[in-house]
Amino acid sequence: MRLQGKGLINRSRKVRFSFDGRSYEGFEGDTLASALLANGVKLMARSFKYHRPRGVLTAGSEEPNALVTVGKGGSQDPNMRATVQEIYEGLEAVSQNRWPSLDFDVMGVNDLGAPFLGAGFYYKTFMWPKAFWEKLYEPVIRRAAGLGAISGDPISDKYERGFAHCDVLVIGSGPSGLMAALTAAEAGADVILAEEDSALGGRLLSESGEIDGTPARDWAEAIVGRLDAMDNVRIMTRTSVTGAYDGGTYGALERVAHHRPLAKGLPKECFWKIAAKRAVLAAGALERPVAFQNNDRPGVMMASAVRAYVNRWNVAPGQAVALFGNNDSIHDVAADLLAAGVHVAALIDSRADARCALDVPFYAGAQACGTEGRKALEAVSIARPSGIEKVQADCLGMSGGWNPTLHLTCHMNGRPEWNEAIAAFVPKVGMVPGLIAAGACNGVFSTAACLGEGVGAAQAACEALGLKAKVPQMPRAEDRPYNIAPLWAVAGKGRAWLDFQNDVTVKDVKQAAVENFRSVEHMKRYTTQGMATDQGKNSNVQALAVLADATGRGIPETGTTTYRPPFTPVAIAAMAAGAADKGFAPERFTTSHRLTVAANAPMIEAGLWYRPSYFPAKGETTWRQSCDREVGYVRNAVGVCDVSTLGKIDIKGKDAGAFLDFVYTNMFSTLKVGRVRYGLMLREDGHVMDDGTTARLAEDHFVMTTTTAAAGEVMKHMEFVSQGLRPDLDVRFASVTEHWAQFAVAGPKARELLNGLLDAPIEGESWPFMACGNVKVAGVSGRLFRISFSGEHAYEVAVPARYGESLFGELRKRAEKLGGGAYGMEALNVLRIEKGFITHGEIHGRVTAFDIGMQGMMSKKKDFIGKAAAMRPGLLDEDREMMVGLKPVGVVKQLTAGAHLYNEGAEPVRKNNQGYLTSVAFSPTMETFLGLGFLRGGRARHGEIVQMVDHVRGISTTCEVCHPVFLDPEGERSRD
Amino acid sequence: MTELKALSPAAGLLPLEIGGAALREDEMRQLTLVAPFKGKEAALAKALEAAHGLRWPEAGETSVSGAVRLVWFGRGAALLMGGEASSKLAPYAALTDQSDAWSCLVLEGAGARDVLARLTPLDMRDVAFPMGATARTEVFHMACSITRLAAESWQIMGFRSMAKTLVHDLQVAMEGVAARAS
Repeated sequence: MRLQGKGLINRSRKVRFSFDGRSYEGFEGDTLASALLANGVKLMARSFKYHRPRGVLTAGSEEPNALVTVGKGGSQDPNMRATVQEIYEGLEAVSQNRWPSLDFDVMGVNDLGAPFLGAGFYYKTFMWPKAFWEKLYEPVIRRAAGLGAISGDPISDKYERGFAHCDVLVIGSGPSGLMAALTAAEAGADVILAEEDSALGGRLLSESGEIDGTPARDWAEAIVGRLDAMDNVRIMTRTSVTGAYDGGTYGALERVAHHRPLAKGLPKECFWKIAAKRAVLAAGALERPVAFQNNDRPGVMMASAVRAYVNRWNVAPGQAVALFGNNDSIHDVAADLLAAGVHVAALIDSRADARCALDVPFYAGAQACGTEGRKALEAVSIARPSGIEKVQADCLGMSGGWNPTLHLTCHMNGRPEWNEAIAAFVPKVGMVPGLIAAGACNGVFSTAACLGEGVGAAQAACEALGLKAKVPQMPRAEDRPYNIAPLWAVAGKGRAWLDFQNDVTVKDVKQAAVENFRSVEHMKRYTTQGMATDQGKNSNVQALAVLADATGRGIPETGTTTYRPPFTPVAIAAMAAGAADKGFAPERFTTSHRLTVAANAPMIEAGLWYRPSYFPAKGETTWRQSCDREVGYVRNAVGVCDVSTLGKIDIKGKDAGAFLDFVYTNMFSTLKVGRVRYGLMLREDGHVMDDGTTARLAEDHFVMTTTTAAAGEVMKHMEFVSQGLRPDLDVRFASVTEHWAQFAVAGPKARELLNGLLDAPIEGESWPFMACGNVKVAGVSGRLFRISFSGEHAYEVAVPARYGESLFGELRKRAEKLGGGAYGMEALNVLRIEKGFITHGEIHGRVTAFDIGMQGMMSKKKDFIGKAAAMRPGLLDEDREMMVGLKPVGVVKQLTAGAHLYNEGAEPVRKNNQGYLTSVAFSPTMETFLGLGFLRGGRARHGEIVQMVDHVRGISTTCEVCHPVFLDPEGERSRD
Repeated sequence: MTELKALSPAAGLLPLEIGGAALREDEMRQLTLVAPFKGKEAALAKALEAAHGLRWPEAGETSVSGAVRLVWFGRGAALLMGGEASSKLAPYAALTDQSDAWSCLVLEGAGARDVLARLTPLDMRDVAFPMGATARTEVFHMACSITRLAAESWQIMGFRSMAKTLVHDLQVAMEGVAARAS
């Protein structure tokens, strides 16, 4: 029911929304919870386990009961708290965890089985047979119990992440937060004020007191106005600071579009990383429930929530409201209810010495001990020394005191300390470096004290930053003591709820203690106390108090469980913002990419690079046809392939040669200018790291190529060697991978093709095999290397990348005129396997130079990285798996990479394993499958017959072991 | 006679203007990585002053002389932009042509800083990143260089091969910032 009054709703702006398909009207400024209450809707949810009818418990982000699902399909958000969800025109919310409807829920039958479903029930009941847990029991239980569900559709909303920096981060905008922000900002600090609510003011928005003689809410508005006008203040509303991390970094979730219809480009949420030199935590306190029989009926809520609904949203949560508590705050709530014209049915104060100045039915030294009504509260039972009395009420506001919202202070594993005077845990100083807790979250509850703590915290923060904060004129505000007599659970039979969200009762906690789960961490896991999405904000302290009582220990001795981020739920989508689909990783494109895609070449990913698999020609129906044709280009005419993805590193300096001698196994300082040499690089452990060619362009200038896959790793390795191992050498290097577009031009007609483009044509004598140098390509300065990865007469030509596309197009066109054309990765792979050239398929990290037959490249004349380790006896054994070639010789002609090798006639089982295949190809040149692989003692076994068995694909092929170089072992074609 | 046509890294992708931010590709300039040889830092600084009127930039700094800029580019290196490196530098530093290695974009406008805040963890406040400040940092998943050119103008340099992703990521951020403003 809506009341008169000046709340924070805009009565001139009506908003239509729906809940469970029914249309309702609220006002701008309403949350879903306040608008539903205004419409008389009290039943908003079913509980997790017992499917008990539930209404709203709180008015904030700690809400455990009123969870709803908003949106559909890829935009569906489960477990949205009705107390946080603001209404907007067209909002559609539905209830969760019920079937067929919220009003009539079949699974409500679980509640009747409650005597059997207590803590530990599942563990004890569903143990046998073991396999049934995963396959049968758990799925059934999961279906019966639960919260909201995701749609299963791919997400269609946009999420965002952001970075923010400030001198002082103020978390929370109640009296402490506002004063802290103002004090720090006036001292000149860059301030971020983060508030999880849509409006600033914290509890001042819900209460009725005065500050400096004006309504507290007006005072807050005036302070916000001053902050808003300052350039050094950034106000972030709807932003929950969710975690405190190392180095003054805080995670924060901003709800950008949950309160409005989605618009194009608008993110739903933004996950901020805020780097703050100092932080002031002014997060306030959370009121805690009292456990008593059936304290979970719709209509039973926190006294502070009653107050918020009445004052902020002008909603009467009931027509006859009872209040029950152990501290003075319920008296303030009663006064506000009376002022708003709401009937107060009873004021039940558990303190025997309590006094009441209000004209309401007052019960001192009494306790609420039960409720009646199924889907809505109808009556409250009051236990008095004289007996039990029933009072008609459709709303009960309860208050068991206040727990400081100290969660963030514990995120670095600090433990809070127990404060007996306020019967609550409070943070210790310095639990999070650079963070100061102020106000209610620090256990200080009067408004005047909170204002003062805010100023004090800001002053301390400013001082640490070298700023001078002025002492402001302190506003006048109430400064009453906080009177509380601890009350955790009312004695009595029946179920008394602690954790509303996970359906944990006092009985469950006591049962845990009986079964010797006495540690608070064990109790938590046994009962699931505090393990729901609210992380026990409403219940953990009461539960551990009950455990303390049951185990005969004190509360400080019992201790708390660990507070972990996030403070409020964060969608995984927000943390992964932008990283789905194309955002997963950068895409690297070569300069020939556009032309390659236009030629319909299927692309494969090589690291982040995209490279063509093959270039299909008209009439070809399989990749093999294209691949065979492209191999033929290179063997018979000329082929062109973009090899720009290989790492290229320019190495300069007078010690460049010596440096290369140190990182490569073989000698480079002796290489002549204008010549290229193949090099092998080892890791410190003596295994092969990478291979490639290095060219000497000048006395003090080399250019190294690496494999595509290891480009970054080699660069990093060289940095490490230069900085850490050989700082004595004067050498500098720079990656030029991106600067040069480089193309392989391979085949008997390669020179003919190039000479059509080079300003100064080349001939065999001027550019013999392994020559290199600077050239002009159609007037553009480039580099030319006579190297071959196919075994043919071949070159690699490089031009600045801006000319890459143009040169590729030109090379391809000219190659086609010569009976050749472009070739892709498939053909490149076939060509190199025919020649027995290795890739990372072979040098996969576990092989040595010895294993691949390159032990001769390990220079005896110098030291190099990996030399000592490579000489270890185990790495030079003659029965190691060594690289060999394999050819099918039986009926089955297929070879497969990954298959294993066995001796002829041996059973193909693990212990008989002789080796494995790393690369295979069908060679159109030799018209057979060819394989490269590793075979135990392989170098001495050429000519032997072995059996290849692929257990995964079910292929068994008889092979002959041979030398890994199948084609032109003398290398005559490349030297031609 | 064949003539090779030059294409800029972000050819066909830019310019973009979304909300209060605009993204364009900078003109293609001569870029040379200057890395002083061992013990030659002082001599190089002198040669730079004499040849280009530029001082050697400290980490995070830029040095400007006319149309030529020298931008700190990581440990022991700076990038000379907008002019050919004098041969007089060669005895003191490794000079490596990088003109085609980087896609050089300019993000500008009133919303530019908010766009950057979606992509880089750098502190972009005036106190931390004034005019001329430069950093090697990440822009979303990519290693980039960011330099502040003017009050509302930033140079963003990414690998040439990743130009499309860089533009894509900037565009998504620009759309998000613009959508909030509306």
